[in-house]
Amino acid sequence: MAVHETTEAAAARTPNRGLRWLRRNIIAIAGLCTLGYLILPNIVVMVFSFNKPNGRFNYQWQRFSTDAWSDPCGVADLCGSLGLSLQIALWATVGATVLGTMIAFALARYRFRARSGVNTLIFLPMAMPEVVMAASLATLFLNMGIQFGFWTILIAHIMFCLSFVVTAVKARVMSMDPRLEQAAQDLYASPVQTFLRVTLPIAAPGIAAGALLSFALSFDDFIITNFNAGSTVTFPMFVWGSAQRGTPVQINVIGTAMFLVAVLCVVMGQLAGARRKRSKRS
Amino acid sequence: MTTTEAPAPPDGQAGAAPLEVRRTPARKRLVPYWLLLPGILWLIVFFAAPLVYQASTSIQTGSLEEGFKVTWHFATYWDALGEYWPQFVRSVGYAAVATALCLLLGYPLAYLIAFKAGRWRNVVMILVIAPFFTSFLIRTLAWKTILADGGPVVGLLNALHVLDVTSWLGLTEGQRVLATPLAVVCGLTYNFLPFMVLPLYSSLERIDPRLHEAAGDLYARPSTTFRRVTFPLSMPGVVAGTLLTFIPAAGDYINAELLGSTDQKMIGNVIQSQFLRVLDYPTAAALSFLLMAAILAMVTLYIRKSGTEDLV
Repeated sequence: MAVHETTEAAAARTPNRGLRWLRRNIIAIAGLCTLGYLILPNIVVMVFSFNKPNGRFNYQWQRFSTDAWSDPCGVADLCGSLGLSLQIALWATVGATVLGTMIAFALARYRFRARSGVNTLIFLPMAMPEVVMAASLATLFLNMGIQFGFWTILIAHIMFCLSFVVTAVKARVMSMDPRLEQAAQDLYASPVQTFLRVTLPIAAPGIAAGALLSFALSFDDFIITNFNAGSTVTFPMFVWGSAQRGTPVQINVIGTAMFLVAVLCVVMGQLAGARRKRSKRS
Repeated sequence: MTTTEAPAPPDGQAGAAPLEVRRTPARKRLVPYWLLLPGILWLIVFFAAPLVYQASTSIQTGSLEEGFKVTWHFATYWDALGEYWPQFVRSVGYAAVATALCLLLGYPLAYLIAFKAGRWRNVVMILVIAPFFTSFLIRTLAWKTILADGGPVVGLLNALHVLDVTSWLGLTEGQRVLATPLAVVCGLTYNFLPFMVLPLYSSLERIDPRLHEAAGDLYARPSTTFRRVTFPLSMPGVVAGTLLTFIPAAGDYINAELLGSTDQKMIGNVIQSQFLRVLDYPTAAALSFLLMAAILAMVTLYIRKSGTEDLV
């Protein structure tokens, strides 16, 4: 019995090399599989942007064609909805970033009585199912007799982007050394100068992150827009409608283009960051 | 400076303390309120007030033609619950399964980025965040292509006899994956996976790698190190990730609409159709509140159980 056990243990200790490699890298392999799961739909979108479907639906591969890429606006209302979404996202970003940065500074820099209440009010929109927020805001607009459209969408988008900006900026301002501002004041900088030359540059990455996040959230939002748009059609609303009527290939073209632009921006940001770090070190 | 800034106050106390010291606190005390005012007003008017308004809508009766009036008609809640409890149960069930799958799939990925990726860390990070930027509706529609009948995925699952097992479990029907619970859960898992990976990563990243070495020096096997050191230390990320995944997943109606059939309707679908198609606002409002209450109860219980308070 004992002999049997030791041979088994020895066998377990020296399994063939492939198995041992597998065991050591099992987490990395699982992680890469998850990464594949995350990226798979993007690849499908990219590939199917070169499809030439037979019917209205673009779910089956027929044959290669670059028609959709040469004529991305060839579908009625598609580019109009895209332009509207960009416009709304831009204004929502401006509004949410300005309001959110102000709140973040108040929360990070000052102690005041309503502080915990404000913190809760900021946290709640992020922790609430979107349907609930969307339905209640729409009920309010409906009962106040406000016409649904551009303005109601913009109001709703600023509302739900605000919390994300506050969180991003607050984190940055909190981790900032207050002595830097004191130093500026010791060197006779006026409060305005201190803010513009010291505080703002240090907070800038947080503000930029918040702004980017709100742009992405607003541009991509469907649930809240669906309730508060009336007959106005943003890009996600267009995609939603087309899912029922038949999805044009151009949707995949725009999806791919968005992906590529975003990756390009992120990579450029990373490179710029790396260069700044390198120049600082030298 | 101080003399030009303001004339000496008439009460004669000016000499007691330098002007600046006496004046700034009062001015400064108001600064945070001025900073807060516009944003908080926005949230009160367009977030908090609508919720209160929604509460009053849920106890109204009436019709679109005659108008709605508050009649304290609480029966709407009972009727809604009686009629739509299967969608409630389904929403919670799907969201729970999707959250568990997100944790299962997301943990290795977060671990990979935090400890194994090395100089590839930024690249992997970009690959996690980048899919975010293609419109999520387009990506969800892509799952229709991936899971299509007779497609490679269904073919593979069929060849491995996985579909026999899942249809026996009631997750799929016959040779199909689309328009079944499996497709909806797959879409939910996919859509909310980044919300799990990012908080997990940020809490794993904070763990000092020397703790792993110390555990190894004390003859802990890798699995023991994980169970006794890594996982407990990543608990804040696990809690934040599960909440960030579960809450939106329970209220979602896009995956159920695009990837499921009428048999997979979730509570979000019901609220959406009651509000936008049936125009029965009291029922939609009551359902919203029931959803909120259910989520609030579960989240409170969960946070209490998991024992972490440093969430936000």
